[in-house]
Amino acid sequence: MSVAATTAREVTTSSVATGKSRDRSVGSLAFLGALWFSLFFGVMVLVVLILDTAITGAPRFDGALITDYSSRVRPESTGFRAGILGSLWLMLFTALFAVPLGIAAALYLEEFSDGNRWWNRFIELNLQNLAAVPAIVYGLLAVAVMAFMGFQRTGIVLGGAIALALLILPVIIITTREAVRAVPQEIRQGSLALGATVWQTTWRQTLPSAVPGIATGTILGLSRAIGEAAPLIIVGLATGVRFDPEGLLSEITALPMQIFSLTSQSQEDFQTAASAAIVVLLVMILGLNALAIFIRNKFQRSW
Amino acid sequence: MSSISTGAGPSSGTGLPGVPSLGRQRRPVESVIKAVLFCAALLSVLVTFGIIAALIKPVLDFFAEVPFGDFFATEGTYAVLPLVAGTAMTTVIALLVAVPLGLGAAMYLSEYASRRARKFLKPTVELLAGVPSVVYGFFALTFVTPTLLQDLLNLEVGFTNSLAAGLVLGVMIVPTVASLSEDALSAVPQALRQGSLAMGANRMQTTLRVVLPAALSGVAAAVVLGMSRAVGETMIVALAAGAQKNLSWDPREGMQTMTGFMATTAGGENPVGSTSYNTLFAVGMLLFVITFVINMISIALVRRFRQVY
Repeated sequence: MSVAATTAREVTTSSVATGKSRDRSVGSLAFLGALWFSLFFGVMVLVVLILDTAITGAPRFDGALITDYSSRVRPESTGFRAGILGSLWLMLFTALFAVPLGIAAALYLEEFSDGNRWWNRFIELNLQNLAAVPAIVYGLLAVAVMAFMGFQRTGIVLGGAIALALLILPVIIITTREAVRAVPQEIRQGSLALGATVWQTTWRQTLPSAVPGIATGTILGLSRAIGEAAPLIIVGLATGVRFDPEGLLSEITALPMQIFSLTSQSQEDFQTAASAAIVVLLVMILGLNALAIFIRNKFQRSW
Repeated sequence: MSSISTGAGPSSGTGLPGVPSLGRQRRPVESVIKAVLFCAALLSVLVTFGIIAALIKPVLDFFAEVPFGDFFATEGTYAVLPLVAGTAMTTVIALLVAVPLGLGAAMYLSEYASRRARKFLKPTVELLAGVPSVVYGFFALTFVTPTLLQDLLNLEVGFTNSLAAGLVLGVMIVPTVASLSEDALSAVPQALRQGSLAMGANRMQTTLRVVLPAALSGVAAAVVLGMSRAVGETMIVALAAGAQKNLSWDPREGMQTMTGFMATTAGGENPVGSTSYNTLFAVGMLLFVITFVINMISIALVRRFRQVY
């Protein structure tokens, strides 16, 4: 679109024909009010949720919360050390499994594949479906994959990481494709014109330009995985683990799992501890999101 | 990447006429890389077949022990229909919350907000999607049921009930409905709006009578995708919707859902390979099939609105 056309379009949409001046009747004002309500309803729910959780959990904002292991005997000082460390380990291996695979698949689909071939369209359709498969089903798949690889116990770092990696793989592929697609065609054409092959163009030009977008998408995918409990329940992660994870085959728990098991307890001290743990989990997720926003603002180029 | 660049360099005979097809040059390293990347893309297909393969054997074992009629029954140890009813109940309540709210937010973002306002408002709607579902479950169980429903609204609800679970589930899927609906509304050509405004309609009339009908298939896709999310969501319903099979039409009672049943069974003491453990896979298969059908409907609807505009 030429500059003139863009300007013309902006003028038409912004100042001439908005119909804003005719928003005078009671009906249309009420409609506008309803739209405002639906827009800010989510924020209101979030504020209530965070306040309620923080107030309930306030008595437990102490060091023991993150340095101690869980305890059934002393509910007033039960800690989440194993869960926090477990979640961090799961994140690390989930990223190691899912990110390279996701980027490779996305690069193939964007840079190498012929979108008109039936198998490429099939992959495309399949990805859209996978992104909406319930998380709990990925737990069942991870159990089968572990059994296929010959593991008896599945409640270990490897089992959890496989489940979460499979869960976020479609998310990573989709966001990476968007980031790669946003790189202007001229950069590729320039590189190809200088005699580079498709792979050289991808590796040296397209991929570096798309890294900020890929990083943002990956971090957002991971922040979804860190809060997920359903596939981990199916994989059979324990909740009462009282030691730090040591390796891929070490038995672990995860923070959302511990929150889930404490919520089902009736003692009030456990509810308080669960609230405090939720605050910790939300802070971890908020941190990941802040990192994603920082990367996007700092490194993203606009063409 | 030096090993790769050895296979490169300018190809001979580039001066010949015709446009060189750069993707078809014969370079062994290049084809190997392409094959590796293709395998990665193929893995995503394998995941789908993997899910089916993972489910099929335990499901066959299950149906070798339990007759078909006992599974699709309204009562009994292996009856699945009460679970389906529980899922349907929470999903319907969730959609009653999420469709008006999500659509309202989408209409504001697409039709009313300026470009600058949209940049700030869109993330606030999407914040809701960032909260883990176990946190929503805790919120439903410890705030929505006792404080909101029992104290403020004076409803006689059980400790676990499908109403609280459905309401919170609805809040969780608002971003899903809103963001896909907004895409659909924004894709409606500007000319349609201008035509309506030129006829003297105000923004509400334009939005409701011109833009919304024009974007209907996309909005329907958004609602259907939200439904798929609601059906598959586990933690909220596992915590707040109840742990007892209960075939009822009263949202104030606790009703176990399919996903809630799976979470309870997997967390329980069922030995691997036993019939009660295999129930998990049978219910999982049913859940996968249901969400698969819903997803396909949603994808087909999206394609339709992409083709129109």
